[in-house]
Amino acid sequence: MYRTLLSGQTFTFDSVKEVLAKANEEKSGDILAGVAAKSDIERVAAKEVLSQMTLHELRENPIVPYEEDDVTRLNQDGLNEHIYGSIKSWTVADLREWILSGSTTEADIRRISKGLTAEMVAAVAKLMGNLDLIYGAAKVQVPARCNTTIGLRGTLSTRLQPNHTTDNVDGITASLFEGLSYGCGDALLGLNPVNDTVSSLSEVLKRLDEVKNQFEIPTQICVLGHITTQIEAVKRGAPCDMIFQSIAGSEKGNRAFGFGTETVLEAKELLKKQGTAAGNNVMYFETGQGSELSSDAHYGADQVTMEARCYAYARNFAPFMVNTVVGFIGPEYLYDSKQVIRAGLEDHFMGKLSGVPMGCDCCYTNHMLADQNDIENLALMLGAAGANYILGVPTSDDIMLNYQTNAYHDVGAIREILGKRPIYEFDCWLEKMGITENGKLTKRAGDPTIFTQMRGLG
Amino acid sequence: MMENNDLLSRIIAEVLAEMGGSVPASAVESAVKASLSAPSGGSVSASSSVADINITTDITSKESKATPTLDNPADMDSLLRMKSKTPARIGVGRAGGRLKTQTMLTLRADHAAAKDAVFMDVDPALLEKMGLFSVTTMCSDKNQFLTRPDLGRRFSDETIREIQSKCAKNVDVQIYASDGLSSTAIKANLENILPAIMDGLKSKGISVGTPFYVKYGRVGAEDAISEALGCKVICVLIGERPGLATAESMSAYIAYNATVGMPEARRTVVSNIHSGGIAAVEAGAYIADLIEKILKAKKSGVELQNG
Repeated sequence: MYRTLLSGQTFTFDSVKEVLAKANEEKSGDILAGVAAKSDIERVAAKEVLSQMTLHELRENPIVPYEEDDVTRLNQDGLNEHIYGSIKSWTVADLREWILSGSTTEADIRRISKGLTAEMVAAVAKLMGNLDLIYGAAKVQVPARCNTTIGLRGTLSTRLQPNHTTDNVDGITASLFEGLSYGCGDALLGLNPVNDTVSSLSEVLKRLDEVKNQFEIPTQICVLGHITTQIEAVKRGAPCDMIFQSIAGSEKGNRAFGFGTETVLEAKELLKKQGTAAGNNVMYFETGQGSELSSDAHYGADQVTMEARCYAYARNFAPFMVNTVVGFIGPEYLYDSKQVIRAGLEDHFMGKLSGVPMGCDCCYTNHMLADQNDIENLALMLGAAGANYILGVPTSDDIMLNYQTNAYHDVGAIREILGKRPIYEFDCWLEKMGITENGKLTKRAGDPTIFTQMRGLG
Repeated sequence: MMENNDLLSRIIAEVLAEMGGSVPASAVESAVKASLSAPSGGSVSASSSVADINITTDITSKESKATPTLDNPADMDSLLRMKSKTPARIGVGRAGGRLKTQTMLTLRADHAAAKDAVFMDVDPALLEKMGLFSVTTMCSDKNQFLTRPDLGRRFSDETIREIQSKCAKNVDVQIYASDGLSSTAIKANLENILPAIMDGLKSKGISVGTPFYVKYGRVGAEDAISEALGCKVICVLIGERPGLATAESMSAYIAYNATVGMPEARRTVVSNIHSGGIAAVEAGAYIADLIEKILKAKKSGVELQNG
């Protein structure tokens, strides 16, 4: 039983799970799940109780039972006991102020990260204001290496997403060239396929590989079909740097996505032997608050805590990128721009604190109370927070997934405003191609036909 | 011009008010007119300082979107070929590091149409004209509809009784329409698709119940209606979540012997019904054939597909 006296009222909470849920900033998904605070003052009361809770208490009360769930087991069993032992008597308030402290370094945070469970990571995020989340996250970079190294300080990358309504490879290539001509694509050239078949995935992978090789682009490729389809495509010889899967914060949620831990291990092992990547970080995971509730795999917990568990799960597989597709799920989970922006900042912070290379698809659907202005705000904030990457699609309109994210134009503007650069090798390539000069777009930039011309000559 | 008038109205109203007592709006209006029509005498008159604007090209039109706005591409033929391969907004060019004004406005216009489709209601006059009575799910307003999908699948007991009293029971097929996530889809398609399905079914000798309209409805509401009316096949014509390409897209979700809580996989779906996809009349004929097939097979959804 947890109790506090606040503003003349007494508030009681029965469990760690209840405290965690009620301490969340308002989210429509928590209201839908019936776990949100009933009033603003109850929300603050829960935050106050949480601030006094020890990390030990959180460790001992995982929100999904150890026996039932391999996400919990991997998190608990994978913890560095030495580091955990040194901080277990800290309260969540202690952890918050330690992260924000001027004397706490990047190396300190990366180290402590190994002793934190998802519940601790979520707890501290709930005590952070938006600027706290940006400030804390900006202290830490989490790099990873596939063909190139993402996430080094001073960089901001993009996943170029050249989606097409029918997976037409020439149409995909057209969008790809447009994006490259804006300096997008250093994190990944990655397509969401319409047809989740081995033959379709293979065909697109071959085209992405061909473009990557023909123009000697230092980047990585991936086609985001189901993990089992990608495995089959690679087995049959399709070129592939990275394998993708959407993940959830519970084993039940992952089963609803049609895979288990053994599937991820199989994919990793396969890429080690048959992948086209040079480096060791070859997995790509996507997350987003609310997905567990949508598959009734949330165990009565709030969506921020479930989201933190995705990162705790992801870090077991040393991914190259983790992406919160923050506004894709719809208004029943994140109602408006305020909630989406908050969730984007929380997810990025929690991902970094968990030690995964974190980026964000700053996006919204047309049935949410959000528009392009809001998503531009979020992208700029995340640029300032040191996110590894954002997305880029033609003019912000994804014609296949029917939602909007950042335009190809956006990353260049944000890089210019914040003094960031693409991944080093890709930056050099852009200069070589005459798309940028000293980091600024040239007159050639924004013209996709510079590639078709070179192709014609070649 | 508009702004000038407003400003003028305000000044005149203030002046008149100072002169004593309240001022009727009509008095202000006539004073504004008089003031605008009077020769100004000065070097700048209201009419000469503002040029008329008359835009006759619709920037959201297919033709407009097919035209690249990129200045001086290295290879225009190639750019046109590329644009012909994808509906994506490529070849748009840039204003420094940002979108050109026309690109930005086109995007905003498409998003506005999509949002209007979600957030505006179907015009009751359309329902009246089509002779459809209207009921509402448990949702009390649009915001609740968007955030509580569970309530958009349920009805109060009173509403169920109303549906039962107004509709024939135990028919072969019950069809109804629902706004879902696009009222624009209803406006664009319903008048064409509904008669096409009804006529198609009747010509096959299949009995069809009284069609009606459900406000704030999710797809799953059809299960509650199916149970209430005891129809063999239920079919809802519902607005899809709009994309930027079209806000007019409608889907039909058809199920045999639908019951509350049944697996989603038991629904047969016909989607992308709009003028740029499957046209409404054509879709209507197709759905009538499909329903006949479902009635014969006595199953729908994945079970139907798997034979």
